[in-house]
Parts: sequence; structure tokens; C-alpha cells
Amino acid sequence: MSSSTHSIAYDPAVDAPKPHHPVYDYDSGPPVDRGKFAIWLFLATEVMFFTGLIGSYVVIRTGAPTWPDPSSRLAVDLTAFNTFVLIVSSYFVVRSLQAIQKGNRGALLKWLGLAILFGSFFVGVQVYEYIHLVHEGSTPNVDLFWSTFYAMTGFHGMHVIVGVIWLICVWIAAARGKYSAENHVRVELAGLYWHFVDLVWVLLFTIVYLF
Amino acid sequence: MGTPGTVREHHEHHELGFIRKYIFSTDHKVIGIQFMMTGLVFFALGGLFAMAIRYQLAWPWHKMPLIGDVLFPETGGAITPEFYTMLFTMHGTIMIFFVIIPLLTGAFGNFLIPLMIGAPDMAFPKLNMFGYWAMIPAIFCVTMSFLTPGHGPAAGWTAYPPLSTVQSAAPGSFSAQTWWLMALTWVGISSMMGAVNYVTTIVKMRAPGMTMFRMPLTIWALMIAAILQLFALPVLTAGSFLQLADRVLHTGFFTPTNLLVNGLNPESMQAFDVAKGHFAGAASGGQPLLWQHLFWFYSHPAVYIMVLPAMGMASDIISCHARKPIFGYKPMVYSMCAIAGLGFIVWGHHMFASGMNPAMGMTFMVSTIMIALPSAIKVFNWLGTLWGSRIRLNTPMLFATGFVAMFIIGGLSGIWMAATPVDIYIHDTYIVVAHFHYVVFAGSVFAIFGGIYHWFPKMFGRMMNDTLGKIHFVGTFIFTNGVFYMMHQLGVAGLMRRTADPYNYETYRHLQPINQFISICAFLLFAWQIFFVVNFFYSMFWGKRANRNPWNACSLEWDAPSPPGHGNFDKKLQVFRGPYEYASPDTDDDNLRQTQEV
Repeated sequence: MSSSTHSIAYDPAVDAPKPHHPVYDYDSGPPVDRGKFAIWLFLATEVMFFTGLIGSYVVIRTGAPTWPDPSSRLAVDLTAFNTFVLIVSSYFVVRSLQAIQKGNRGALLKWLGLAILFGSFFVGVQVYEYIHLVHEGSTPNVDLFWSTFYAMTGFHGMHVIVGVIWLICVWIAAARGKYSAENHVRVELAGLYWHFVDLVWVLLFTIVYLF
Repeated sequence: MGTPGTVREHHEHHELGFIRKYIFSTDHKVIGIQFMMTGLVFFALGGLFAMAIRYQLAWPWHKMPLIGDVLFPETGGAITPEFYTMLFTMHGTIMIFFVIIPLLTGAFGNFLIPLMIGAPDMAFPKLNMFGYWAMIPAIFCVTMSFLTPGHGPAAGWTAYPPLSTVQSAAPGSFSAQTWWLMALTWVGISSMMGAVNYVTTIVKMRAPGMTMFRMPLTIWALMIAAILQLFALPVLTAGSFLQLADRVLHTGFFTPTNLLVNGLNPESMQAFDVAKGHFAGAASGGQPLLWQHLFWFYSHPAVYIMVLPAMGMASDIISCHARKPIFGYKPMVYSMCAIAGLGFIVWGHHMFASGMNPAMGMTFMVSTIMIALPSAIKVFNWLGTLWGSRIRLNTPMLFATGFVAMFIIGGLSGIWMAATPVDIYIHDTYIVVAHFHYVVFAGSVFAIFGGIYHWFPKMFGRMMNDTLGKIHFVGTFIFTNGVFYMMHQLGVAGLMRRTADPYNYETYRHLQPINQFISICAFLLFAWQIFFVVNFFYSMFWGKRANRNPWNACSLEWDAPSPPGHGNFDKKLQVFRGPYEYASPDTDDDNLRQTQEV
């Protein structure tokens, strides 16, 4: 049978779209905000990204005949302090979210500002460390230790920079009074990303600097 | 956002200018069609590369017709070996990353997901727009890679190091391979934005009554494919960043110690340190095999990203045009989940020849062969749907059933190919090429053609010409088999792939007639697509006007006007049943739509 016998004739009166109809937007699934759902999916991709990186690191390091003691090449004390700074910034992000959940915009700005400051400090120390190392001649092409060091800390550093920019955007929106006790999901989204970046750093610090 | 089940009605007046409406559009339908057009243009380009490959294999070092004098004046119009290497590298790259994945997930994913679940648009329309626009830098990078002096990237679409990381390994791989990696990264960014959007939309924006198990199989397939992208793609991104670092910063992730390539040692010769003004030397001690693991950890699931949406679309088309509910809806869903889950633990079967631990090879072999099980469930369910049905043998149905038939051939060769002893013999021969093209060309591309013929009325409000479509199908089907079936014979005879002139070897000289037959079929296959191109553009402007539901289908997209306007649906939706209620005993109608109250 040919398809033409099945198809119904085009009738403009029935088939044309009705003009000026409303847009129907439905909610389904778990009672989570769409943005929050999406950010968790995004963080899952980030977990896989760092899994790829850390996995490669482990394979390369365990496959190498010798591996230098990290403390002989890296400023472990300085970075330990830097790690502490990053963790504290995460705490500030938690406080800022608590503040806006209660509707306190002033406290939101204060805690968020502190988080941005501490995050920037972390980036600053990393940049200082890089400059110092490059001046010493420890560039990525020297050996595998430096190759992996720059790859691991570099990709994490880029994530921190993105996080700081994101927090600054949220801070500007907050200063303009965009958030309230009812509407603060964007603060939470930036916070989730920031905590993730922190968590990754704790892992990276452990395997790159300590072991 | 409100609790589940809430509906927000908002009136919007949209009088958008040309640029906002068709170029920087946030409307999922326009973005889907943008992906489709881009994908089809690249399909023609990738096809041209394939034609050049076929010309060389049939008549090696002959003057290339038409363009030979322009491209290769120094060789009298014949192809160069480096150019041949670039051809198969770019053919694979373009067909996979710029054609199949953008067409299936980009075009059909964007166009169908909101319409089939009853949503007005994607969850994040702007992110969706960026998803398409991330393809533009990708296209720029891949074009730069192609245009780089020295004949483009030369490492194959798999980019195995050290061929891909050591610049002295291949002439022309200097900056071409770097551009190639950046193109890959941009495609990945595009896919990633799309995948986050698709999963969120499907989970969070279904119309009232549209439970997960009332979704069309196309939507299930697209969601599972998106999840595969979310979890597999970042690993390749990490790997390609490491490879970029190897090329640009001269790190040593994939460069082994004491490697000598073309008489050069990359440790001493590769890196030119601009600051110090001398060769600084690259790091070494890395592991080339690590790249293969990272690459296939994504690229094997990518095979399922390329076939699952095709399976979903074929299911919808077959059920609709067989006028019968899909046979075993839930087993279809579960088998897709099983294919996706197993797809994560089979990547090693691409590496049997790499000298892996036999115990690991055994594990990969068993898990690969297990994929035959869910795949067979799907095939038998399609056959069960067709059994005793009233088949409408129109163009979409022809392509969908063609997909099933070809998928069986490609799938069956996949089973015995997964056995390590067999694979060791056929590794890197034309059998692999035949298998892969049966699944991806004869499979996915057939489903894409079927999908275009099936959903064209929804996209453009006009029907495609069925007679031209049937002519398109018959020629495509015959010549596809003429090309790829014969490659099995070449593979059993041991013919290696990626060889510009296999007839240098005495053993392969008798295979030239088969190669010539394949090439003639390939040229005809390529030329035959003119029926599709003509039909496509003619129907877009002058085809018969289509009503809302020209196929008498059941799923939600056919409740919207053809083509749907902004916001898709001009009425409030309530879903009462699954998408395949054809020939239902509950009604005299041939089809019981999802929104129809009995």
C-alpha cells in the first residue's frame, strides 16, 4: 500500500498553528531545580575528567623505573598552607549560602568576598610557585615528574580560576540585589562547583605533593 | 522551578529578526536543523575523501580526474602517500565527529527530545545555542588541520602515539595534528553541553502523564547516549589535553625512552626552546599504550553513541509503519541500558594486538561477546514487531528495515571479531573496515536517512517525495553492500588497511580487481545520493503540504503543528499511554495517540 492513501489531506483550518497560544512549560521528575540537576551532571563529567588525569598519573608513575621524592623538588610546606587556605574558602562559601538562605544579603557579600579573596590567594601562590620553578629550569619538558606535575596542578589551577571568576559574577549579581531568601539557587550552583574544585585539590595535593 | 507536575503558562511575543531566528537561535528546532545542515555538508566532504581513497586503491598513482592537476602538479596529478594518509585520517575524523555524532545527537536529539516529551524547548536554550556554536571553532580547527602545509594530520582518526606526538614521525604532522586535537576538544565541548541539556530536559520537563516508560524509544536511546557522553567523553578530553601537552610543551606522557623516529631522538631533537635558542629536548619515559586506553575508553562507548539513537529511531519508524506496537518495549529499554553498561568495559578489544595480559584480553573478549545478547534482543524485537504486521513499505520504513538487516551483518561479524585469536589475525585488515562500516554507514546512516524521511514533514511542514526516496533507497542499499560486503573478502585475504599502495606486495596484487569493483560501487553510491539531495531541497520548498500527523503516528511530536511554532505545542498536554498504541483494541482508530482520551 502506498503511503499516500494513509496520509490525511492538509486542512489549514485544522492543521495550522493556533495564533497567540501560551507556552506550556511542565515540571517532572525529582523535585530538584533544573540548574541543580544539570550542575550535578556537569560535576559528574568533571569527576571523569580528573579520573582520566589521575589515572594517567598513577599509570605513568607506577610504570616509571624511578620517581623522585616530591618533597625534594616541591615546596610542600607552602602548598600545605595553600591547601588550608582553599579549604577555608570553601567554608566561607558555605557561610555565604547560609546567609542568603536567611535573606541576609550583607553577610552573603561579606562571606562570598572572603571566599573570592582566599581563592585568589591560592591562585597567586600557585602562580608564584610556577614562576619560581620555571626560573629554576624545572619546565614540563625536563622529565616525567615535571610533565605530570604541571599537567595535574595546571588543569586544577584553571578550574580554580574559573571558580573565582564564577564567584565574582555571583558576587556582582548579589551586590545588585539579585538574590533573596527565596531565590538563591545560583549561589548554590557556584558553591557546588567550588567545593568540587576543593575536593579535587585535596586528592591532588595528597598524590602529587605528599606521596 | 516548582514541584513536579506544575505547569507554567506564559505568553511571549516573539517577533525575532532573521539573525536571532535562524543564526543565533535558542530554539531547539532551529538548532537541530542547523546541526543537520552542518552534518550533511560534512557528510558530502567526508564522502569525497572516501572517493579519493577508493580511487587510489583501485588505480594507484593514476592521475586523479578533475582536481588532480590542481592539487598535485608536482606528481602529474597523482595522489601522494602523505596525502593518502591525510585522506583516511580526515575521512574517519569527519565522519565520526562531524557527521554521525552531530547528526544523531545534535540534529535528532535537539529536534526530537522536546517535541517527543511535550516540552516547549530544552531546559537551557542558551547552553543549547552555545552547543551548536562550539562546532564553529571545531570546524575552523579541523579546516586549519586540513590546510596545514605538509598534507595534514597523518596519525589516523585514532591518533596513536608516538606517530601523533612526535613531530618527526610523520611529515606534515607538525601543526596539523595540534589543530586536529583542538578540533576534537571543541567537538567534545559541544557534545558535553548538549548531553547535560538532553538529560536534564528528559528528566525534568516531561508533560503530565509522560512517565519514563511512556517515552518513545528514540528518547530513551538519546538519553542513554547522552549519559555515555557525560561519563566517557571527559576521559578522552583529558587524554587529548595530555597529547596536546606532549606536542606543544614537549612533556613525555606518551613518549617512551630512547625512541628513535626517522633517525631522530625526540628527547634531544624534538623541542626547540625559543627562550634559550636551542633544542631543549622533550621529556620521555611515558607510555604510548596509555593513550590507547584513554582513547578507547571514550571511543568504544562512542560507537554506542553512534548506534543507540539510530536503534531508537528505527524502533519508532518500524512500529509506526508496521502499524503495530513495538514488540517488547521494556526489554528494548533494558537491552539499551545493558549495551551502554557493557560498552564501558569492552574498550580493550581494540587493543588485543598491543600485547596485553592474556587474562585481561580474555575479560575484554567475554564482555564484548556478551553485548551480542542485548543486541540480539533488539533485533528479534524488531522482527517480532514486523511479524504479521500491515507494513507500509514507504521510504522511512525501507531505510529502517534496511538498518535492521545491515545491523545484523555488522553485529554478527562483531561477535567473532571479538574473539582474541580471530582478532589477532584480522587486526588492521579490511575486515575491521567492513565491520565498522556495516554498523556505522549501513546501520546508523540508514537510520539517519530513515529519520530524515520520517520527521521531514515535522521539520519543514512538507512531505518528501516517496518515489524519489524509494529510488534513493534501492541504489543506496545495493551499492552499500557492493562496497562493504566485498571488504570482508579483502580482509580474510589479509589486506591491510591504511596502506596507500598494497600492490607493492606480491601477495595482494590479485586483490586489485575486487578493489576496483568496490571503488566503482563506491562512486555509484556517492553519485546516487543526488536523489536524496534533490528530494531534500525540492521537498523543502515545493513538497506536498503535510498535516500535523501525516503518518498517523501515536507519539507526542505529531500533536504539534507542522512545523511547530515557538513553544512547540498550541494546547495543554495530558499523556494517557505509551507511544506505540497502533491497532489498539480499545478504539476503532488505527492509532491511539498518547494524548487521546478513550
